[in-house]
Amino acid sequence: MSVRAWTYASVSDKIADIVLTRPSHWVWIGGFLLTFAGTGLFFSAIVYLFITGVGIWGVNIPVAWGFAITNFVWWIGIGHAGTFISAFLLLLRQRWRTSINRFAEAMTLFAAGIAGIFPILHLGRPWFFYWIVPYPNAMELWPQWRSALVWDLFAISTYLVVSLLFWYTGLIPDLATLRDRAATRAKRVVYGLFALGWRGEARHWARHEFLYLLLAGLATPLVISVHSVVSLDFAVNIVPGYHSTVFPPYFVAGALFSGFAMVLTLAIPMRYFFRLEDFITLRHLENAAKILLATGWIVAYGYLIETFTAYYSGDQYEIAMIEDRMFGFYAPLYWSLLSCNVLAPQVLWWRRARRSAWGLFALSIVVNLGMWTERMVIVIQSMHRDFLPSAWGLFIPTVWDWIFLGGSLAFFAFLFLLFLRFLPAISISEMRKLVHEEKSR
Amino acid sequence: MSEKLYGVIAEFASAEALLDAARRARTAGYRGVEAYAPFPVDGLAEAVGMRRNWIAALVFGGGLLGGLGGFFMQWYSAVVSYPINSGGKPPNSWPAFIPVTFELTVLAAALVGFLGMLFLNGLPRLYHPVFNVREFDLASRNRFFLCLRAAPHDEARRFLAGLQPMGIWDVPQ
Repeated sequence: MSVRAWTYASVSDKIADIVLTRPSHWVWIGGFLLTFAGTGLFFSAIVYLFITGVGIWGVNIPVAWGFAITNFVWWIGIGHAGTFISAFLLLLRQRWRTSINRFAEAMTLFAAGIAGIFPILHLGRPWFFYWIVPYPNAMELWPQWRSALVWDLFAISTYLVVSLLFWYTGLIPDLATLRDRAATRAKRVVYGLFALGWRGEARHWARHEFLYLLLAGLATPLVISVHSVVSLDFAVNIVPGYHSTVFPPYFVAGALFSGFAMVLTLAIPMRYFFRLEDFITLRHLENAAKILLATGWIVAYGYLIETFTAYYSGDQYEIAMIEDRMFGFYAPLYWSLLSCNVLAPQVLWWRRARRSAWGLFALSIVVNLGMWTERMVIVIQSMHRDFLPSAWGLFIPTVWDWIFLGGSLAFFAFLFLLFLRFLPAISISEMRKLVHEEKSR
Repeated sequence: MSEKLYGVIAEFASAEALLDAARRARTAGYRGVEAYAPFPVDGLAEAVGMRRNWIAALVFGGGLLGGLGGFFMQWYSAVVSYPINSGGKPPNSWPAFIPVTFELTVLAAALVGFLGMLFLNGLPRLYHPVFNVREFDLASRNRFFLCLRAAPHDEARRFLAGLQPMGIWDVPQ
């Protein structure tokens, strides 16, 4: 059944009823309990970290940036696809985006929020994190504006706020639909409060639509800026393996690559369990797969240029770094990330692979893993051989490192499960508009 | 009915019918015309008499304010209030101030745009007379409504009946 067969009413009811009337599936309940436990573990670990200090992780000199920064870069990368889908594809009038933008934005919000936690956890004295914010203070101090870490704060917090506004602006009319359709008073009140009294007046729609378009226009350069700034955290350092001009575009491409992988990881089970195959069609999966293939090649180009530049520079430290990356202690990780991120996505050249939902699901997991490994190799392997052999060392993750990675994954899944249950995972009003456009063609 | 009315509202089945009705109401000289639809209908806002959409101007103003303010904050802090020598760079090392300036431009533009949208729409407003009409629940699902504020209401009702709607209701104040 295509969009053509749907009406305003059936589209609204189908999506709203997932939230309002459909009883919880046992898979959802199982997932909820599991991820709730994981979330509890994550926050308990944070408390323990605050009491004890970063010594519970494997970080030490020379590898002072461990899993925390790896997780930060990885999560913020995942948080890129949502805005890319919503904003960039909206500007390009790619109408197929309509059925995947809402949940991709939610994914962005949760991933970016989790990413924002890690730099704070990583601080030795996290209770002073607000010192990086320019606020009137009795010490008469200002942040150092030439520092990439200050840029980072502004980039991440702006990205979080703008993503939230973009998401919520799109949600307001749908919350009104839920309010008007809810059967119980409690639901009407709660959805009604968040719908802000939206009633769909023509002038309201005109302002709403214009704002949504402009927010898309603002979010598109923003999404490029965020991972560029994150990459500058590395690139402005003189550490071999960080100090490279290819980093900003290479990081942005990697962000989209991992983000689209995560979109597939979430969309494929979602469309299966909530019977959304009419909305999230094979065409959507195929398009996401094509973007995965394209961004995968940009990432591959980044790997190539990194290696080439190291030798071309003639700098002995750069060459030593890249040889250590390829043949040193962490070499197995390097080769596995190349297999995951460069080799594996090549199956997407075949149409059959692009149109096999569960095959794509498996591939998306591989890419997620590969991208996490890439971030880890960049962060950790670049640092473990310092300039002087006397300062060389190894980073071995402790059990706490794994708990923080696993806990953040559980927290992400927990938030996403709540989102699926309480908010419409597909934009209802945009689907109605799509039905209207299909009918009037 | 002695009770004062907010207006008279009529229900339509399609966006085209609502657009047509709104245009005809305006042509007939009605001023307080409100049209409600479950999704943005092209041309409907103009049809009910919306003249200017201020959102673009607000977003631009917000961005300008954020950008200039953001750069000024960094310049003031690094040149006037707290100049320190960092790597031999001049106090006003403006290229390094660009990332924060850009982020604050976007942040302020988005915030002003969002708050401006709510303000111009008169939201949040949890109570509104049109919600008193039971059928209005469908305005967020599949029905289209046209509300005429103008008195005398009997005349407005007759006018709406001429547009052949699915139903007509009084909207109590």
